Amino acid sequence: MMATQQFLYTAQPVDVIIIGGGHAGCEAALAAARMGCTTVLFAINLDSIAMMPCNPNIGGTSKGHLVREIDALGGEMGKNIDKTYLQSRMLNTGKGPAVHSLRAQADKVQYSIEMKKTLEAAPGLQLIQAEVVDIHITDGVIAGVVTRSGALYPCKALVMATGTYLNGRCTWGEVSVNSGPGGLAAAVDLKAALDRLGISMYRFKTGTPARIDAASVDFSKMSEQKGDEDIIPFSFENHAADIARPQVSCYLTHTNETTHGIIRANLHRSPMFSGDIEGVATRYCPSIEDKVVRFADKTSHQVFVEPEGENTSELYISGMSTSLPEDVQIAMYRSVPGLENSRITRFGYAIEYDCIDATQLSAALEFKAIPGFFSAGQFNGTSGYEEAAAQGLIAGINAASRVLGKAQLTIDRSEGYIGVLIDDLVTKGIGEPYRMMTSRAEYRLILRQDNADLRLTEKGLGYLINQDRHDRVVEKKRRINEEITRLGKVIVSPDAANTLLRQLSSAEIASGVRLAELIKRPEITYAALEPIDPDRPPLPEDVREQVNISIKYEGYIKRQMFHVEQFKKLESRKLPTDMDYEQVANLRLEARQKLNAIKPENIGQASRITGVNPADVSNLLVFMERRGMRERTAD
Amino acid sequence: MDDTITGISALVGGPISIVRISGPDSLAILGKVFVTKNTGLKSHRIYYGWISDGGEKIDEVLVSVMLAPKSFTREDVVEINCHGGSVVVQKILMLLIEHGARLAEPGEFTRRAFLNGRIDLSRAEAVMDVINARSELSHRAAVEQLQGRLAGLLDESCDGLLALLARIEMAIDYPEHEEADIWAQDIKIQLEEITKDLDGLLVTAEQGRIIRDGIKTAIIGQPNVGKSSLLNALAQEDRAIVTHIPGTTRDVLRETIKIGDIFLEIADTAGLRDTEDIVESQGVERSIKEGRQADLVLLVLDGSVAISRDEITALGHGDWRNTLVVINKSDLPLAIDKAVLTEIFGDCIVEISAKNHVGIDLLGKKIKEMFFAGQMEYGRGIVTNTRHIALIAAAKEALTNAVEAIDSGMFIDFIAIDIQAAYAYLGEITGIVVEDELIDRIFSEFCLGK
Repeated sequence: MMATQQFLYTAQPVDVIIIGGGHAGCEAALAAARMGCTTVLFAINLDSIAMMPCNPNIGGTSKGHLVREIDALGGEMGKNIDKTYLQSRMLNTGKGPAVHSLRAQADKVQYSIEMKKTLEAAPGLQLIQAEVVDIHITDGVIAGVVTRSGALYPCKALVMATGTYLNGRCTWGEVSVNSGPGGLAAAVDLKAALDRLGISMYRFKTGTPARIDAASVDFSKMSEQKGDEDIIPFSFENHAADIARPQVSCYLTHTNETTHGIIRANLHRSPMFSGDIEGVATRYCPSIEDKVVRFADKTSHQVFVEPEGENTSELYISGMSTSLPEDVQIAMYRSVPGLENSRITRFGYAIEYDCIDATQLSAALEFKAIPGFFSAGQFNGTSGYEEAAAQGLIAGINAASRVLGKAQLTIDRSEGYIGVLIDDLVTKGIGEPYRMMTSRAEYRLILRQDNADLRLTEKGLGYLINQDRHDRVVEKKRRINEEITRLGKVIVSPDAANTLLRQLSSAEIASGVRLAELIKRPEITYAALEPIDPDRPPLPEDVREQVNISIKYEGYIKRQMFHVEQFKKLESRKLPTDMDYEQVANLRLEARQKLNAIKPENIGQASRITGVNPADVSNLLVFMERRGMRERTAD
Repeated sequence: MDDTITGISALVGGPISIVRISGPDSLAILGKVFVTKNTGLKSHRIYYGWISDGGEKIDEVLVSVMLAPKSFTREDVVEINCHGGSVVVQKILMLLIEHGARLAEPGEFTRRAFLNGRIDLSRAEAVMDVINARSELSHRAAVEQLQGRLAGLLDESCDGLLALLARIEMAIDYPEHEEADIWAQDIKIQLEEITKDLDGLLVTAEQGRIIRDGIKTAIIGQPNVGKSSLLNALAQEDRAIVTHIPGTTRDVLRETIKIGDIFLEIADTAGLRDTEDIVESQGVERSIKEGRQADLVLLVLDGSVAISRDEITALGHGDWRNTLVVINKSDLPLAIDKAVLTEIFGDCIVEISAKNHVGIDLLGKKIKEMFFAGQMEYGRGIVTNTRHIALIAAAKEALTNAVEAIDSGMFIDFIAIDIQAAYAYLGEITGIVVEDELIDRIFSEFCLGK
């Protein structure tokens, strides 16, 4: 035992404990409980379960992909936003199927209430309002946690998901308060326990804009942004018709030179520029003062005004995150068209928090040095609800797997954005809060939001996916392949096709052509050929969509599959995780240190570590080859 | 690779040769064979003394010492400047090997420099080319590449591609941003510009190959026009560097001949020397085929003999890449119809007298004109490395695909894939990885974020 905190009584032991009730904590808790583990989720305040302390939306570019993947693996986020969305849009429809991105405006309060209901209904899951202040380790393995009130909760696995609460400190102008987001209490003492466990920590910073009372806003000066008429659910298990509801609008306005003048005149009062904030800020969510300074030549920035919920008149002012003093915030927001008479309900602020260097984790999100200790979400250095939920799901599944003696579930970079996210965190290491982006996914043509179920659901069997759901995906795949094969065989004659081709402004054919060939033409889709394809079987829309994409973009998809194969080859060359890289000749010092710190699981992962260059990798390969030769000789 | 290697680092043949030792035991091995008045050799100093084999003085030498990591290989390096005779160099090498050094494999010093992070891949390859350099010009091209000129030339193309990618990725990741509207036609224009730059590099690549490997030359002509005397006349220009390559069935298969700063690689010279009758005995077909494989055909005609238009046409110049008509026997009265020749060959005609060594300079000048438009443009940077050429060609092809995709109305996401592929190919030369650069570029160029 290496605890310093005293405890007064020992509570009933459980399998898995989750610290934190945010988006990571909720997924982790549900995953563990649904896999059959007795699970406890601790939150400092149970009214803030699945709270959205910043933007009121779920999804968007690459994040929408994450939510679909979470759903494909049996997570909750997609289902919960389908229950509580206010507006839904598919973004990027004109830029290619792989980057279509689903985004929904959320009713924040409803989102939180619905998630809490789901947690409460989960058998084996118990919610407890308490602050965890210490972690117990026995024989190097997780043994339990101690709460502020002195209760020891023994457990077999632990998931840290403290978000921005750990040593949280909110700052705006000259004011600074030790607290979590939105004035909620911060977790303080846990930091000492983590230090004692030798966990290396970072301090990051993020921020949020002010909220404004809708009654004080003149929407006529802004442009309205409506939701899509035909919506697509996040969850593969929902149908559009079942979740349809009236949608609310968002509004677009802009900052101007007056706004920027106010900001410039008050920069000396900004904690970001005066040095009051030390946490590393993210480039992905810059404050408006940051934007004005860094892009001084821009005379205007976009501002999206978004509702926070149906039962509140508060609006989120997207694009104007700030930590300027309150009087400056009032003047600044009022300089924006439509916000001239605006009343602020909550002021913007910057928040600093403790998080870990995630290279200490394995791809299963378990601390390599402390078996049974898992970690997820903003605590791992990411920003964003979806990134948090994705990690929470994987950490929760693997915490339960450990208790149940199952193999760990890991996703690689060619299988999902979740794989890209986790690999970036645990391999490359990040120096600033991390946001998912489509450009981080090197195989994104294959990692589409429309095929997340085909990529991942079978993998989830035995974890959160039951046989029935698994079989449905297998059947879907079969129907897709069958139809693709059929279209590759059916030949249409000029007589049958040319009238339709003329209508579609497509070149006429002179001799028989396979339907698949016609689908490859840019101006033609699978659906458009229905009139000349009498033998077409009745197929559900999701199957038809996959058939169309698979045939249309076959060439590109094949090319990317080739790269995936090469990637898989390097991934399959395992490295012993107890390897001493001091023994490998000719590695550069930096590479040696990084490899010894990260202990990559395979050559592919080693090659992605920042500071390991191709020469190091080839030396490593030579070393492994020689070692293999020696071992073969010894046999 | 913890051992100490030795090898000749500068070409044998000049007045001075350099024997290099690299590795942890360099100084210890030197200590066993080097006799000097100095004690305690310091890094980056030059010492005078003798190489001696147990008392027997082998050569008077200058020795420079460069200790790790401030050396070419980042290991302890010793360079022995000795007198150039190959016997002396061989003796010194053997002596060093006797005392524990291992004979370096070809390119092993460079490989160590690369593996120890001293130089990047494109520089490592340029060093290999310096070692393999055969003419002065080739040496200069290799040096240019070594100094990072190639990387410099690619920088502009890479930068252009990265800017395009940043723009596309920004538009994809921030679809509601006001700068997110991108026009495929704008991208196309920029892609075509970059393609043109890469094309330029590929043109120099062809020159680069010729500079390094020489111009593959075939001497073709009817019997008794003076092919072998032309060959002899060319060879006599600089006997010293004619290379004899032992063949299996014949003594000489190929001959390298230097005219000014250009090399001619003349195929099957044995055949030419042994008999004047090659065309006659093997037939016209064979000479046409030989001409097809050559960069340059020297079509030798006897100027003192009239020849019909049909006969000239029968020699089959149509398939050959470059034909230079060599009218031999200019010492005799001209009987051949030059007007007909000019009609067919333009100004690629030169008159010589092989027997009297007249016009050989002019021949060289003409060849240079044909291949380098009069001057070797090594100053612009020439790509000479085969791997680099292949990568640049692959990048160009990827960009061509991107332009085709734009023309066929493909979505921007697919176009990005081709552009990324092009960037990755060039990155294999410069060592820059797109993932590391792209996100930095996106956020430095565009004001993004909620």
